[in-house]
Amino acid sequence: MSLSNRHLLGMRDVPKEDIQLILDTATTFREVLERPIKKVPTLQGKSIVNLFYESSTRTRISFELAEKRLSADSINFAVSGSSVSKGETLKDTVKNIEAMKVDMIVVRHAAAGVPLMLTKISDANVINAGDGIHEHPTQALLDMYSIREKLGKLEGLKVCIVGDVAHSRVALSNIYGLKTMGAKVSVCGPSTMIPKYLDELGVNVIHNIDEAIQENDVLNVLRIQLERKAREYFPSIREYSQYFGIDRERLEKNGKDILILHPGPINRGVELSSEIADGSSQIILQQVTNGVAVRMAVLYLLGTLN
Amino acid sequence: MKVVLKDVNLVNPDQKLNEKDVSILIEDGKYKKIGKLTEADIKDAKIFELKGKFVVPGLFDMHVHLREPGREDEETVITGCNAAANGGFTGIACMPNTEPAIDSAEVVTLIKKQSAKHLVEVYPIGAATVDRKGELLSPMAELKDAGVVGFSDDGVAIKTAAILKRALEYARMFNLPIIEHCEDESLAGGAMNESINSTLLGLPPIPAVAEDLIVMRDILMAEYADAKVHIAHISSKKSVQMVRDAKKKGIKVTAEVTPHHFTLTDDAVKTYDPNVKMNPPLRTRADVEEIIAGLKDGTIDCIASDHAPHSLEEKEMEFEYAPNGIIGLETQVGLAFTELYHKKVLTFEQMIEKLSINPRKILNINIPQIKEGELVNITILDPDVIWTVDKTKFKSKSVNTPFDKRLLTGKSVALINKNQIFIDGKFELI
Repeated sequence: MSLSNRHLLGMRDVPKEDIQLILDTATTFREVLERPIKKVPTLQGKSIVNLFYESSTRTRISFELAEKRLSADSINFAVSGSSVSKGETLKDTVKNIEAMKVDMIVVRHAAAGVPLMLTKISDANVINAGDGIHEHPTQALLDMYSIREKLGKLEGLKVCIVGDVAHSRVALSNIYGLKTMGAKVSVCGPSTMIPKYLDELGVNVIHNIDEAIQENDVLNVLRIQLERKAREYFPSIREYSQYFGIDRERLEKNGKDILILHPGPINRGVELSSEIADGSSQIILQQVTNGVAVRMAVLYLLGTLN
Repeated sequence: MKVVLKDVNLVNPDQKLNEKDVSILIEDGKYKKIGKLTEADIKDAKIFELKGKFVVPGLFDMHVHLREPGREDEETVITGCNAAANGGFTGIACMPNTEPAIDSAEVVTLIKKQSAKHLVEVYPIGAATVDRKGELLSPMAELKDAGVVGFSDDGVAIKTAAILKRALEYARMFNLPIIEHCEDESLAGGAMNESINSTLLGLPPIPAVAEDLIVMRDILMAEYADAKVHIAHISSKKSVQMVRDAKKKGIKVTAEVTPHHFTLTDDAVKTYDPNVKMNPPLRTRADVEEIIAGLKDGTIDCIASDHAPHSLEEKEMEFEYAPNGIIGLETQVGLAFTELYHKKVLTFEQMIEKLSINPRKILNINIPQIKEGELVNITILDPDVIWTVDKTKFKSKSVNTPFDKRLLTGKSVALINKNQIFIDGKFELI
């Protein structure tokens, strides 16, 4: 079994068999991560560049760890701001990296479409680690892995993505992936944070968090990006947390134990109360561990294609 | 020198002229004789065999960005004129968003001087406000005397209704139009049209309503001030509908559309190719259909390229960071004939109205007449020739086009104006 595409640019065109294969392979690596020696020689001799044009802590560390666990040679290339600020174009930078004979590029960029651009400039396998407000496929894969681990399946599950869908790359990747796997996907958030034509994707849009809790098996709660422009889209943090935040009281009111995911970092007291963030029903820290396993699976499967 | 154009078809809707298979004798840049030529007529003349080709009043593109002064690395007045000639245009109007802006007689004079000897006539559009900032009116009377044919803050709409009101009222004294780039500033700043595609591609959206709001404002202000407003590069369905309704009420509004807005939809953005990034952005199929209807029923008066040269390094940037705009002078005739004439949207006469007659009417420029004694200002068209766009052959200094390698039907064969002929890529005095 092997993947049908030599890049992972987004979840949009990834077929069910490929998702299945990645999640199953991740299960194997998840076991490796429990061993005393957490390293396998699978990608020995492969060089991987982590090309991060946007600051990221957890995604970069997760990829880096996954690469090291697979014995690949990894290089971190962090550029602050856009390529333009240095006077060098993205194309120049990538051509330079290409000249160093790398096998894979993991790219994070604030502008959508950059991973696709890279495939046109470079022969390396390209993995999208988040591009603008477009896609973040490995996050969606690890979310699906975590749901499957906890609930045993994806097909037929009802999953609601909560929060700032319009400015989230996690949301779109989750919608594609979950729908491909047969889950029923809805979104819940203030209407200013839901893209205008999202319903054309076959996604149900609601604005009532209680309804979202009652109707679904899983909530995937997005981070409100306060450091970006998120604050312009709702009146106050207080109002947001009152109407869309999740705390124990709200879950009890709805008499429902529900699986809650969060891609992190959490704004405690905004989208999730601390109690919920730390509570037992959620799997937020497991998501982080699973992230390494899922990224190992993706790197391994792409790195061993001919 | 004597020149003979043999066996051509003459079409000039402005003169109600439509004649087949006639020959033209040109002497000293003027029509000496039109009709059947005798042996004596053609003696010592340079003869061009042009059977079946169409002679029309020189085409005119009323929306061109020359980058001189300021960004001569992208386009100069001369390279822009060469591109215009190569595309079939004997006249162009150039927009004022240069550096410095065309807001003083000096800049107008500079552009006029650079183009003085060229076959292609250049008519500058003056800035409506000083430095296009939307605060103080530009010296419109002075600009008019220096040679501008309209006023615009193109790149942006005139900032406030108050300034627009004054600009319209002041420009009315000279019977010149205010040309508006219609976009609400507070809704601007995205990278593509808002549709399902902007969500799928993760690109910041520009809703069509950003254009519609300013079109509505401008129509209301044109009515109020009883002045002329021209809507540049109209792109949205509602805007076309509003212009149609306004025209019915007798409001002095006119509109142009670019070839890319009637040829492409925002589906083209799926490649993230910065050469499909422009402002206004490519819109949806429904918008294109309304534009086609607007061209057909006369709501849209003319076709203009919005020729916007950008350097390669700027257009090789990430889509979101790349500047807006594409070049269009050298593909406009081909796209217009392919998409509108051959698809039976417009008749040949209507094509010439929209590519030659109407833009001059909007800018109060005399329409070239095909008549004995008149100066010759013509484009010779072959509407049926099939050719492939090759950006390496462009005369423009820039190559930012999404139409490279596209197969088109219809092309300009030659131009004659100001005692010069442009044929086979070369200029010659006649």
